[in-house]
This record gives sequence, C-alpha cells and structure tokens, in this order.
Amino acid sequence: MTTPPHAQEELDLIAQTVDRVSTADAAVLAELRTEVLGRKAGKLTLILRSLGSLPPEQRRLLGARANQIKQALETAIAERERVLQDDTRRTVDVDGTMPARHAWRGARHPVLAVVDEICEIFKELGFTRVSGPEAETEDYNFTKLNMPLDHPAADEHDTFYLGPGALLRTHTSPVQARVMEQYQPPIRIVVPGRVYRRDAFDPSHSPVFEQIEGLAVDEGISFVDFKAGIDYFVKRFFSPDTVVRFRPSFFPFTEPSAEVDVQCQMCKGSGCATCKQTGYLEIMGAGMVHPAVFENCGIDPERYTGYAFGMGPDRITMLRHGIPDIRLLFENDMRFLSQFVS
Amino acid sequence: MNVSIGWISALLGRAVDPDDAAARLTMLGAPVESVERIHHDLEGVVIALVESVERHPDADRLTVCRVHDGTVTRDVVCGATNVVAGRKYPYAPVDTVLPGGFKLEARKIRGVLSNGMLCSPRELGLGEDHEGIMELETDAAPGTPFLEALPVADVRLEVEVTANRPDLLCHKGVARELAAVYAVPVKLPPIPNAPDDIAAPRRVTKKGTVGGIEVVIDDVDGCPRYMAAVVRGVRIGPSPDWLQARLRSVGARPINNVVDATNYVLHELNQPMHAFDLKLLGGAKIVVRRAVAGERVVTLDGEARDLTADMTMICDAKQVTAIAGVMGGAESEVTERTTDVLLECAYFDPKRIRTTRQALKMSTEASYRFERGIDIEGMPDALRRAIALIRAVAGGQEPEPALDVYPKPRKQKSVFVRPSRVAHLLGVPLSRDEIEASLVRLGFPVAPKDDRLHVQIPGWRPDVTREVDLIEEVARLRGYDSFPSESRPLRPSVVPTDPNVARQARLERAFTGLGLYQARSLSLTGSGGSDAFRVQNPLSAEDAYLRRDLLSGLTRSVERNWAVRERDVRLFEIGTVFRDTGGPLPEETTRVAAVVTGARVPAHWTGSGKAPDFDRWDIKALFETAVRSICPEGTIESTADGWKFTETDGTVRGWAGALEADRPAWAAVLFGFELETGDAAPPATTFVPLPTTPPVERDLALVLPPGVTAAAVEGVIRDAAGALLAELAVFDEYRGSEMAGRSVAWRLVFRAPDRTLRDTEADTALAKVLASLKERLGVERREA
Ligand SMILES: [Zn+2]
Repeated sequence: MTTPPHAQEELDLIAQTVDRVSTADAAVLAELRTEVLGRKAGKLTLILRSLGSLPPEQRRLLGARANQIKQALETAIAERERVLQDDTRRTVDVDGTMPARHAWRGARHPVLAVVDEICEIFKELGFTRVSGPEAETEDYNFTKLNMPLDHPAADEHDTFYLGPGALLRTHTSPVQARVMEQYQPPIRIVVPGRVYRRDAFDPSHSPVFEQIEGLAVDEGISFVDFKAGIDYFVKRFFSPDTVVRFRPSFFPFTEPSAEVDVQCQMCKGSGCATCKQTGYLEIMGAGMVHPAVFENCGIDPERYTGYAFGMGPDRITMLRHGIPDIRLLFENDMRFLSQFVS
Repeated sequence: MNVSIGWISALLGRAVDPDDAAARLTMLGAPVESVERIHHDLEGVVIALVESVERHPDADRLTVCRVHDGTVTRDVVCGATNVVAGRKYPYAPVDTVLPGGFKLEARKIRGVLSNGMLCSPRELGLGEDHEGIMELETDAAPGTPFLEALPVADVRLEVEVTANRPDLLCHKGVARELAAVYAVPVKLPPIPNAPDDIAAPRRVTKKGTVGGIEVVIDDVDGCPRYMAAVVRGVRIGPSPDWLQARLRSVGARPINNVVDATNYVLHELNQPMHAFDLKLLGGAKIVVRRAVAGERVVTLDGEARDLTADMTMICDAKQVTAIAGVMGGAESEVTERTTDVLLECAYFDPKRIRTTRQALKMSTEASYRFERGIDIEGMPDALRRAIALIRAVAGGQEPEPALDVYPKPRKQKSVFVRPSRVAHLLGVPLSRDEIEASLVRLGFPVAPKDDRLHVQIPGWRPDVTREVDLIEEVARLRGYDSFPSESRPLRPSVVPTDPNVARQARLERAFTGLGLYQARSLSLTGSGGSDAFRVQNPLSAEDAYLRRDLLSGLTRSVERNWAVRERDVRLFEIGTVFRDTGGPLPEETTRVAAVVTGARVPAHWTGSGKAPDFDRWDIKALFETAVRSICPEGTIESTADGWKFTETDGTVRGWAGALEADRPAWAAVLFGFELETGDAAPPATTFVPLPTTPPVERDLALVLPPGVTAAAVEGVIRDAAGALLAELAVFDEYRGSEMAGRSVAWRLVFRAPDRTLRDTEADTALAKVLASLKERLGVERREA
C-alpha cells in the first residue's frame, strides 16, 4: 500500500514503464497492463484510489500527473498492439517481391546532359557560360576568325546560306569574336550551342549538331596554361588516369594549333575498331588564339594571349555510351531516351 | 596524300622504318591514317627463264613452256601468245599464293601437267594487262626473287595534310619533316641514265621564245611565273619499271614515259606540269591570258566548259588549249605519235585557281595543289628535274635552255622572331640557340639581328607569314608533349553567365522531375508558314526552312514513337525557333514545349492494371509549371481550343491544348504546350510566417448557371470573404440532367492570424459570400 509521501517517486517509476511498451511482445504487454493498470492491484490504479485522502492542492497536482501517465501508457499499449497485429498480417499475406508503385521518370537528353557536364567542369576553372545567335554573318563566322572564304580551309565548313553574307553558323566560334568585341580580358567563356553543316544525315553525320567552344584570354596565358586547362578537363570528364595527347594541327583561328586526343577507352591504346586502330580518339581541336583574331576583335595581341578550343558533344556522347548512330540523338525515341534515366 | 616509304628512304638516303615515320609524322601535325604494305604478296614469285615454247598437243590456243627456275626445269601450260623462248618472265611455282589469295597447284590442263604459272601484270597486281605475260628487262639470274629484280614492294602511308601545308603534298616535303626529326639531309635520288647538263632556265620579264615558240604572260596576276621547255625527238612508250613502280607506289597509274615523268615530279616536288604535243599546238605561240566571256574549251575529260573573264587560260595562236592550273585541253594532248613536247611549269595564283575550279565545279590534282600554293622559288629546279627525267626515259634533246617568264620576281620573304616572345607564348624558357637550331632544321635560314632572329621563309612554306607561325614551328619540332601541363593562378572572367542557362535549367529540372524526357529535334524543316525563314541551299525540300515552332517537330517525334508501338510518350524540348521579319537574318526566340500522350502514371497491379490517360488538366498543369518557372507575371486564359498565356503587356507568349496528329486507333489523345521562355528573372521568394492559429473549414457546393466560370466565382468569393479567407480550392464538379448548368464544390479555409477564429465568424463570412455570389453572378448554394 503506497502512502502519499511516496506517491511522487512511484509515479516517476511508472512513467518509465511507458518506454518499455514500444519493444514489448504480446506476453510482456499483457503483464505490464496487469501490473500497472490492473483493476484490482495495478500500481497506477492504487495511486489514483489513494488520492482522495490528500489535501486538495496536492490531490490536484498528483491527480493530473497520474492521469497523464495513464493516458500515455494506454495510447502506447494500443499502438503497440496494432503494430504487433499488423506484423502478423504482413508475414502472412504480403508478397514483398511484387512491383513497387512508381511515378514516371524523366531524363535529360544525353547530349545536353554531356554539354552541361562539360560546362560545369570548365566552371571550376573560372569559365562562364554564354551563348550567341545560330544565324550569323560571314563576317563573324569566318572573316573575323582569320578564316577567309577564299582559303581552302573554308572548304571543311560546308555551309547553309540564308542570303548574301548570311548563314547558319558552322561552329560556335563566332561567339568568341562577339564576346571579345564587347569585353576586355580577363575573358574565360564556354559557349555551347547548335551548329550547322551541309552534311546529309548518315550514321556519323548530321546537318545539325552541338558544339562547345571555349576561350580564355588574359595577360600571360601560355601554351603551358593551355595544356593544363585541357588536361584538367579531360581528367575530370573521363577519368584521372586518362592519357591525353596533344598533336600539332591547323585551324585558322589558333596558332600554335593542336588536336587533342585521349587514349581509347575501349582498347586502352592497343588499337580497336572504335579508334580505327590508332589507340587514340580525337576529342577536340584547340590552340593558342591567333593574333589576327585578337586584332580583328579589338584586343591587343602583344599584351594579351589566350587559348581556345572546340569540341563535339554528340560524338563524345556516342563514345561514352557506345551509341553507333548519330541519328538516334535526334529521333526522340522513348525506348532510347528512357535508357538515360539517372 | 599517299606517301611511299621507298621514295622517302631514297630522299633521306637511309632505310626508314614505316611505323616510326608514321608516328613521327602524326606528332608533327600530319596524321598518318593508315600504313599499308603493298606488293609484299609477291614474295613467292621468282624470275624464270623460258627455255622453249611448244604448241600444246591438244589445244590450239595453249602453249607448253619449259621453264627454268634456277634449279630445275618444269613444264608450264600457258595461254598467252607473247612468250618467247630465251627470255625471262615472272614465274609462280606450285604452292605460291598470288594476290587475291589464289594458291597455285600442279594440275593437268588438257592432258599436260602444268607446274605453276607464268604471270601477267594483272595477276601480280601490277597493271591492267592480263592478255600477255609480263615482260621483264632484267639481268637477274633465274631463281632470283621477283621482288629483288623489280623492287615494287613498298609501304604506303596515307597522310592527312592540313590545308595550310601544300609542301606536304609531295615526297620531298614529307622527307623534309622527317629529316628535321632524324637530323639528316634531304637529297633528290639520282635518275638512272639522266643527263647532267640541263641548263638553268633563262629569265625574261614579259615574254620570250623557246624552241621557236613565243611565250607571253598577259595575265600576270593570274600567272606570276611561267616556265616552258621544248624537248624534241622523244619516243613515247612505256616508262621503265622503276618509274612505273614509283608511280604505282603512290597509287598513280603509269600512262606513258613523258606523262609519267611529269607525274613523278608532281609527287616528288609538288610541281604540277603539263606536256603539250608541240605539233598539235595551233601556231608557235603560248599566251597566258584571261578568258573572254563566252569562250568554250573541251577539256581532257571530254567536257565542254564555258569560261568567264575571271579565269586564266593557256592559249596557242588559235585557241584555248588549257584552263590554267585546272585541266588541259583535249586538242594538244601527248599521244603515241608525239615526238616534240612543250613542257609547261607554271605558278598560278591560288585564289584565281580556287574561284575557277569552284565556278567550273571540277577539282583536279593540279588545281588542288595550285589552290594551296606551290613553291614559286623551287620551279627552276623542278623543271630541270622533269627535263632530265624525260630525256632519261624518252630520249630527246633540248634545242635551247628552258624559258622562265617572271615579270615581277617576288622578294625573299622574311619574318623576325623574338626569343622572348617564343618563351612568353610557349610558357617555358627556350634559349635563342635552341630556337635557331629548330628553325634551321626545319629548313628556315636564320640570322641573328639585334636581340631577334631574322628568319627567311622558303617558297615551299606559304603558310608562314608572321612570328607566331614560327613559334608554332619551334613547338611542333620540340613536340607538344614535351611542354609541361601546369596550372597557374588565374583571374575570373569578366563575362557574366548567360541568364538563359539558369532559366533553362529550372525548366529541365521541373519537366524531368514530372516524368518527361528531353527531346532534341532538327531545326530544319519542310515548311513553316509564311514567315518561316528559307535556307538558300538546302539539302532537300524536307529541310528547306528554319523551324518556326517546336510543337511540329515534337508531334512528328510522337508519331514516330507511335509507329514503333510506344503508346506512352512524354517529351519536352527547349530550343531556338526562327522567324522571317524581312531582315537579312531571321529573328531568333527561345521556346519550351512539351507533348504528352498515353498513361498519366505507370500502370500498377494494385489498380485495374491500366492507368488513366493524360487529359487536358494535365497539360494545363504542365503549362502552368512552365509559366510559373519562367515568367510569373501574366495570365493564363481559357480559349476555345485550350489555353493561352498573355504577358502583362498583352502579348500572347504561349499556348496549350490538344494537338492534331496522325494517331493510330489504339493511341491516346495528344496534348501539348509551347511557350516563349522570355527574359524575366524569377521573383525572389519571401518567407510567409507559418500560421499559429487553428483554421475553420467550410465546404460550399454551388450551382453555376451556364456561362459562369469557376474563375469568376472564385473572384467573387475572395472579394466577399475578405482577409479571413486563407485557402480556397475546388474539390468537386457535378453535372446532372436535373440541373441547368453544373454544381461545383469549393472548400474554404478561414483563419485569423492572431487569434482562434470562432465558428460564428466563419459563418458570417460565408453568408456574405453567398449573398455576394447571388447578387453578382446569380449563383446559389446547391440544395442538399
Ligand atoms: Zn581503341
């Protein structure tokens, strides 16, 4: 028989039993119920009965607390009983191997996802992302880039014309010129966008494709910085152990010019069909900005130097995912696009 | 460009390893695309002596030859008629595998056992002739391997030559590159039996004569230098084996000794030449002049060509004989009867050649080279080499030294290089000596001048015009891979990021999150309405216009998906559309569009196994999502066929609704929207304090007479309910035959931000709402 002076401690003890409920099994639960809430000898029942003999002030305080504990305990027991019941039902009736209920999943276009990925990597090197018009003038597309139309180099750009001197840009390089005319260095930009070449659709050609142009111009940028920038990109985009090769080449808007190759991921350099037995894959054309381009765009080529690069995300996407035909990248076939859910 | 390793080895005076040469050239900027071993498949063939030729006992057309291969003599049955006893022929013994994989076996031909085969040029892959056995002029003893007697085995490199390097279009040029890395000199290989007394051409400024032929340059711009030589008394015939082998090694077909000689010089020194039959020339005169509009010439390929005044012609006294630098005329071609030739060795202006061949739509080996620029300074040597070769292989004499008409001799080009600039641009310290040595090895004569280098530019490098070109030469020879790759401090870009990037990324996140795939369609299309911009030179009628909208392309993509039995299609695209506004360039606008058809969610077994299809409310939601994402200012209005989005200035910027499409019976309705992305920035989000007081909810079912819209009703409710109305949402619509119009049910949530709202307050507000609805819209509460 609990006497009132001990009622406070007794209640504290009973309150602790609430915590035991959540892990109790059915037997323990029944035991607890009798022990605490039993009609005849439940500890809490006894305390509540004894309250009548207390002074009004103490009765009010202890009564509130005892009722609070009783309610909490009853709720906890009821909840635990429900869980135990559910568990029983689950093990008996539910086949957990049945398919889940999903929502539709969407995905970025693989080429445009690669474009973003490339731009994000260059962002780490301080390049901002800009864009420019797809319909251009000959002046911006060719002339300002030190690419006169009467030079055989122009033949590699089979051009869609929109009118005299107006065309669909054959590369994103015209944005170089537009940006350099508008800003003085330091300039570090990447320019993704659609470009156009007058090539009929076949497994490896499309009249429309994506290109990413890059340009870094400042005082003191050298060939060593150029190599470091490209190297950083290649290792971040492919893998840290990717072998990169720089090879002399020719582009009218860069000098020295370089073709950047990475070791073929398929054969690790030993030669295979993907790399046409060379062990390497061309991934971009690049080089130090030609001083004539600076002159054409109002930048002092004695004070400033820089590098530029251009690459084709369509081809890189095809290499990365083993896609054999560029046309798949324009057909919007759900069976194709749904393979790129990430 | 086909490069013969045999030829390169002859120029460098040492055996060159093909794979090493290929790797070096690739890393010097002339990538080698293939390394092909040619004629190595003739290893089993030997030289044999035919001791006797007798008629086959049982066949009129066959002979039986007694063939001695150095050790034994065997019978070989032969179908050719040109075999002569006592001469030597290529012989493939039994078990030899011939080109094409044909393995010889001993077999009886009409009763006579034939041991192997005497071979025709075609059987050896050395020519077209398969009528006769290949005749050999050789001192080699019977049994000598054929490839030893006739060294046609070679390795051919296929080299990609960039447009700036005409010098690499010939063997001497390629040899120069390799000479620079191997540090050996380049020397032209001696020509067997060549005279060594070929005089230097005589220089004149405007015109002169050679062998009685007057040569005049009228068009000095088109033809800055013209050299001519006359060789009389040549005997046209096949070239000797070594010359034929050289030409074949680069994939050229031998024609006759004179033409082969000029082709040899073409491939050795990149000097295109033309041989005229002197007797077929109309009058003793060569004039280099511009064509007269309306003139015509029949070229060697038999085509009649119409000429214009900006083309340069080679003419005799009567007519045009050649289109300068592009193609010769048929009239004065060298034939078997030719005895006297006029040899032309000229430099034609690259731009003139380019416009001419573009206008005539013909590209030839000569035009390709002239267009890129040949070595104007190397011409005298090239002509002397050709004369020596012709005299060696076809005989003949020069009546007088060649003529060199060179009206305005070019000044020696030179460029200054600052060693400090080389180091500055390349980013590594390079000594002046190292720079000088590199340039000298590549064939640039260098002299120090103050703190600079004075570099002479040889005629074969027209691409080198300024300091930076020589810096590239230094880097190239040093090897790009030898430079470190070292990140140095950098300054951030002053160019701001295009705000469209973030705008598009928001849309991409939203729509991929809603289960749509990002599409990518061509921007060229077959039509596009009256303001579509036309492409001047489309590939076909199907892509003659720039796209005017995105939905047309997406609809076609949906139809393609339907064609492969894909019923559930969800696509969005962000891209540029074009409009003809009368200017030289089209107006470009960025838009976003989406199409959805088929199941709204994937079917799940807990449902009926078939999910409901997308309907108009789904496309309205997608449309609202796009609008909210890019341009929150403005309104979406309901129209007869869907919805339109109108900006605050009244311009319609987008549309959503059901789309027309070529739809199979089993496919669901296609819905879509298209919207201009505009240039609005998204509004900044301002935090609204969370409610701390309990709400009071009231449901309100209203009867809306025909013509009353939900939007109108909501307007009145909000107006009448005042500030206590916290939320308002439709939760049901009911249409029944017993009522005019329809019943729409709203849930209203009232709340006072600062105290617990009493039920009576909510009821008062509701009564006000009902009164207002009745008065303003004639809308009443639906009787239960
Ligand atoms: Zn490979």
